[in-house]
Amino acid sequence: MFGKLTWAAIPIHQPIIMITAAVIGAVLIATAGLITRNRWWLPLWRKWITSVDHKRIGVMYMVLALIMLIRGFADALMMRTQLAFAAGGAAGYLPPEHYDQVFSAHGTIMIFFVAMPFIVGLMNFAVPLQLGIRDVAFPVLNSISFWLTASGVLLVNLSLVVGEFARTGWLAYPPLSETTYSPGVGVDYYLWSLQISGAGTLLSGINLTTTILKLRAPGMGYSRMPVFCWTALASNLLIVAAFPILTATFAMLLLDRYCGFHFFTTELGGNPMMYINLIWIWGHPEVYILILPAFGVFSEVVATFSGKPLFGYRSMVMATMAICVLSFTVWLHHFFTMGAGADVNGFFGIMTMIIAVPTGVKVFNWLFTLYGGRIRYTVPIYWTLGFMVTFLIGGMTGVLMAIPPADFVLHNSLFLIAHFHNTAIGGVIFGVMAGYSYWFPKAFGFRLNELLGKAVFWCWFFGFYLAFMPLYALGLMGATRRMQHYSNLNWQPLMHVAWIGAMLVFLGIILTGVQLYVSIKQRTRTADVTGDPWNGRTLEWSTPSPPPPWNFSILPHVEQSDAFWGTKQRIPALEGSRAQCHAAAAAPHYEPLHVPANTPIGILLAICAFAVGFSLIWHIFWLLTIGLLAAVAITLRQAWRRDELHVPVEQIVAFERSHARAGAET
Amino acid sequence: MNASSDAQGKVPELTARTHGSRRSYIIGLVFAVTLTVGSFWAASSEQIYNPGIPLLLAVLAIAQIGIHLVFFLHISSAPDQTNNLLSVAFGVFVVGLIVFGSMLIMAHLKHMSVPMDTLLQMQR
Amino acid sequence: MTTVASTADGAGVPLSFRGPASLRIVAGFGFWLFLLSDIILFAALFAAYAVLSTETAGGPAGRDLFDLHRVFLETACLLLSSVTCGFGSLAIQEQSYGSTYLWLLVTLLLGLAFLIFEASEFAGFVAAGAGPSRSAFLSAFFTLVGTHGLHVALGLCWLLIMLLQLWTFGFDDKARRRLFCFGLFWHALDIVWVGVFTIVYLGART
Repeated sequence: MFGKLTWAAIPIHQPIIMITAAVIGAVLIATAGLITRNRWWLPLWRKWITSVDHKRIGVMYMVLALIMLIRGFADALMMRTQLAFAAGGAAGYLPPEHYDQVFSAHGTIMIFFVAMPFIVGLMNFAVPLQLGIRDVAFPVLNSISFWLTASGVLLVNLSLVVGEFARTGWLAYPPLSETTYSPGVGVDYYLWSLQISGAGTLLSGINLTTTILKLRAPGMGYSRMPVFCWTALASNLLIVAAFPILTATFAMLLLDRYCGFHFFTTELGGNPMMYINLIWIWGHPEVYILILPAFGVFSEVVATFSGKPLFGYRSMVMATMAICVLSFTVWLHHFFTMGAGADVNGFFGIMTMIIAVPTGVKVFNWLFTLYGGRIRYTVPIYWTLGFMVTFLIGGMTGVLMAIPPADFVLHNSLFLIAHFHNTAIGGVIFGVMAGYSYWFPKAFGFRLNELLGKAVFWCWFFGFYLAFMPLYALGLMGATRRMQHYSNLNWQPLMHVAWIGAMLVFLGIILTGVQLYVSIKQRTRTADVTGDPWNGRTLEWSTPSPPPPWNFSILPHVEQSDAFWGTKQRIPALEGSRAQCHAAAAAPHYEPLHVPANTPIGILLAICAFAVGFSLIWHIFWLLTIGLLAAVAITLRQAWRRDELHVPVEQIVAFERSHARAGAET
Repeated sequence: MNASSDAQGKVPELTARTHGSRRSYIIGLVFAVTLTVGSFWAASSEQIYNPGIPLLLAVLAIAQIGIHLVFFLHISSAPDQTNNLLSVAFGVFVVGLIVFGSMLIMAHLKHMSVPMDTLLQMQR
Repeated sequence: MTTVASTADGAGVPLSFRGPASLRIVAGFGFWLFLLSDIILFAALFAAYAVLSTETAGGPAGRDLFDLHRVFLETACLLLSSVTCGFGSLAIQEQSYGSTYLWLLVTLLLGLAFLIFEASEFAGFVAAGAGPSRSAFLSAFFTLVGTHGLHVALGLCWLLIMLLQLWTFGFDDKARRRLFCFGLFWHALDIVWVGVFTIVYLGART
């Protein structure tokens, strides 16, 4: 009746899991209680869950990512604690079978359910506003993409309490991930949750690429697009090109596991090395998918807070597109040691060193933008300056490992771990935090607390260095990754330092929550009435905070890059305010607008996807049939749907008047 | 321009025919049939130098894909097709890398590795 | 500087400066990108096939199994269906709706014929003990060719639904946009098939 699912799937004999489950359960119940008490269920459904507005969807992605950051970081703390204790003959507190699931879950969650949603969320929120348009190309598809990601999140988290997770590391290499060596449901949870969220990501990539290439405000040619939009374009092109490879490779592994195929098995002709080859053809573009939008955020922040246009716009764009293309030519550096020989290794080593060059160009452009500017030391600039130093070190250790002989010593050591956390935290996380602080006022209408924001930065900054610099040393001393215990007692002091660093980052995460709470409490004092709290340069700052659902009542006509800055220069009396709308207010001619109506199709399809994934994991075939049929029925219903929302001119006028009044009162 | 489309405030589309003409499909069909028959013949023919057959098949296939792109999918160098053409170029680049890159790498790996059955026997 | 394009006579202003494109162009390009992603999915499967095609594990190889006559028939069906699909798009443009239904129906039937041929081929292999779990080569073959067949099957379902939508809604903008996307999909599948019959079937003979 329930396939492979039995009561034994719930790990009641593992106290750590049971306590975690109890805590999560308590938080969920408390949240549900809070929502019920404030009667927020219906507004949540109407305004957020069924929303097709890119701004709301962007915020939901960020919330999802923040929640999963806590889960992924809990895994990190568990590992650091285990390694602080398990030296010499000590066993630590985390048995190997559990430790293996922890490092696998940590990597999977951090890459797919923290970094990706953060980046996609920022792009979703900011790109249409920067392009001067009303929404992305396919708003309903946008909602579906978000909810599919959430469905993947649900599956991964369910594996904690029902069944188990993969023990294979975050990429699930065969033959370990084949049925012979991983007969349980762990790898299946991994594969299905990533296939589902991967589909969502691919659709999102198509959506944003189409938006950037085909939908820009009148007058915004490619050379007038903000650099963040260029990096978003490159990132989404990479998503469109790389994610199908992940889908295909996982599909082949699933066929091996479910139908007895022999793609990657060790018998009847299978070749596990083919999996590693294919997965890294996806894997390397993936890291550029993550870092390019972060680079874009830094470009925006650096220009805004130096009060100067970004130095070298054209070289920035060319460097971005060069990285986009080159990211497909370096993948073998992830498996130099697999044995392709010196010629092949040499080629990919050289390509890896070449790809560092465009990034260097970008760094110099940022530095030259800062140079000679009047820098305002706000929280986003703190993150940017921290990034410059930290990412540089990470990048250099990467180039070091690009030399195959060096990599033969360092591959899969803690040096590698330190390198990719260096770039992921110093690049992606710092970029996300900068973007979060930068665009928060636009999204919610009030600024975040600056003092707490700086405290968060310093915790992350010092925490990162304390946590990962020891790992570089340990790697050079021979410590490998994914080890549950080690015999060399000389390593233990460094592990203790790393633990302290992790606790400092933990403090930073807690302070982020505190900052949010305090900022909400203080929101009337820090309200953003003008819509332009930073004296910004790009079009999103010409809208009210938060913008109306239709973003721009009249689409802006763009005449230069840094479009909003140009408008402000021409109307000096209204600098820093919504000059665009005031100029148009002389004789505005509004036309009625059509916006796509909210729809539950996103969450409904995600529920079907969850049912399909869960039923495939546990072999519950009647549930699978229902899930598939329901998905088909919902899609067909959507195909016959014909409704859109009509926004009459009176509503637009009323909105503009209320915001003009608010702006005049400051 | 009526408000029947959208919240995007879009410009009306270009009036050029977007579906090509009957002629282009017929020409495309004739070329495609010729290339297909040619491929099938080449594969089983005695008259072509054997080591050259894979190359000939590749050329015929690439030509036929080109025919499909031009005559059925109407790819051209017109300005409204630029994005499409660039996407095709990017796609060709990535596909080439995936297929030929994998073949090259796996061939090298195979050359340098112990065969799988020998390896498994060594572990018993 | 550059003048802003007016909607009426946008001539002389580059396309990229004219503001948001129409829904027809946006939907078409979005679908074009989806096709790009699909082609790359097939590329990964082609790569796996190319690498594993010699791994027959003592079982049958391609030259032992493939019937090129049937493959030629399948190719003919698919190629003709591409042309009839094109004629269907022309009929919509010329607003001759009876012809549209006719050409699309022929496309559907030709696609169905292709699927029947392919299904009988697969069934035959499985019955002869050459199923996908026999060897890596057969796994790769069934997955690559089977994925293409699955795309054809889903395309035919889509076409059927499109015919129903035409019948319910008539030939409005939405239906035209969706049929345009279907046409792109169908031609792309024929392109993939060119790769399949060349590399898989004809390649096994060389």
